[in-house]
Amino acid sequence: MSLASSWRTRKFRLGFVGEICPQCHAKLFPPRDICPHCGGPAKEPLAFSGHGTVYSYTTMSVAPRGFEGQTPYVAALVKTEEGPLVTAQLTDVASDEVFIGMPVEMVTRHINEEGDDGIINYHFKFRPELAAAAKH
Amino acid sequence: MREVAVIGLGQTPVGEHWESSLRILGSEATYLALEDAGTGLPDALLVGNMLSGLSCGQENLGALIADYAGIRGVPAAKIEAGCASGAAALHQGYIMVAGGMAETVVVCGVEKMTETSQPDTTVALAAAADAENEVAHGLSFVGLNALLMQRYLYEYGYQRADFANFAVTAHRNAVNNPAAMFRRAITPEAFMKAKLIAEPVGLLDSAGIADGAAALVLAPLDLARSLGKPLVRIAASAAATDALAIHDRADILELRAARISSLNAYAQAGIQPEDIDFFELHDAFTIMSALSLEANGFAERGQGVRLAMEEAISLSGRIPIATMGGLKARGHPVGATGTYQALEAVTQLRGEAGANQIPGCVLGMTQNIGGSGANIITHIFERVS
Repeated sequence: MSLASSWRTRKFRLGFVGEICPQCHAKLFPPRDICPHCGGPAKEPLAFSGHGTVYSYTTMSVAPRGFEGQTPYVAALVKTEEGPLVTAQLTDVASDEVFIGMPVEMVTRHINEEGDDGIINYHFKFRPELAAAAKH
Repeated sequence: MREVAVIGLGQTPVGEHWESSLRILGSEATYLALEDAGTGLPDALLVGNMLSGLSCGQENLGALIADYAGIRGVPAAKIEAGCASGAAALHQGYIMVAGGMAETVVVCGVEKMTETSQPDTTVALAAAADAENEVAHGLSFVGLNALLMQRYLYEYGYQRADFANFAVTAHRNAVNNPAAMFRRAITPEAFMKAKLIAEPVGLLDSAGIADGAAALVLAPLDLARSLGKPLVRIAASAAATDALAIHDRADILELRAARISSLNAYAQAGIQPEDIDFFELHDAFTIMSALSLEANGFAERGQGVRLAMEEAISLSGRIPIATMGGLKARGHPVGATGTYQALEAVTQLRGEAGANQIPGCVLGMTQNIGGSGANIITHIFERVS
């Protein structure tokens, strides 16, 4: 993530803010300004709740540049309660504890650094839903 | 629209070409294809390539490859569509010849992936995915395919082992292809024992990192008839797109762009999927093979992997795939893969595929996938008597 990209994406990356289409009312995450469902403009912000369930997941054992020191880590598709799927890492959970359908909630976490001298990047991740975990 | 034929083929072996640069690989394949065609200076060169900027710090490949192939001066440009760059270049070349803007066009797919170390190559490849919304989370291409495969296993109840035959078949077919990277058979046991790169994707589910170049010369069918060689025409050339990010797709287990491009291709060629004699599919990952067979009408939803389990994909099966080793074993130099697939299809239809020849084949299909399903280009080739 470049410095400019880090700044530009802060609202959806740290605030989990998407959009809602004023024409067809589709909820969009990440924001994209043009609705992919009806093709009309969709710039109205919508704060997503951050709650969802694991739709699919994998354990990354070989990492791309920028994530080498972090393996193994769990990446997932999360089905938000508003509807859209979101790609993100899972955190606070062992890879063998993850299952499809697992309730998760969004948290802001460190994700990587731009080398020794660069900026530290933060991003949304998902952890097991605390309320659901407390019931077990 | 004019009918378009393939009149020249040229390729380098796929492999780790430590002694050859991007430009040497590309110019060699281009030169060989033009020599095979024997029609002199082409009207244009189109270069299919994905990574050159990131892997070699080199762009402007049109001019570079034209110069090094000895055809300096011809109009030339690079075409990029992720891993479908080779087929995208072929598609544009087809349009130029079919539309009458050029008589002969040489299309060269080329990729040099061993110039950088593995983490850098992995991140460069991931540039074909959504940089801001997938790659920023530490996902690689392997990781994205793992997300698809995990969901596939969950929805349909298959096991990892059920995918083994995709890799086993590709490796068996590569043994007889002198240009293939991995010319050795593997067993289902080896498939299961291979290291997991991103669970459930293992090392032998996925195509490796490779260098290579393959080129084809296109010309109007009328010109091709005068050359006195086995005639193969492009019966269809169709492209379609889907959302770049997997999470933005309506249904992650449907390759919608594959379905649209193949439906258009079948309509152009006036045929049905069952008329296809062999299918060079985009087996970068075993899950892609399964999804591709389903999207293109060879299997029902959730049944693609059964074609592998039931041996329907072998050279003598109902729908042979990866007849020269596929991406898995011939190798997958990403931007060159589309032209390798096309070259192999034409080789089959010319009757020059050696031990792997599909007897009497008339119709061969190729499909090149850019990204995890975002840009999909289908070609159908037909032997003309």
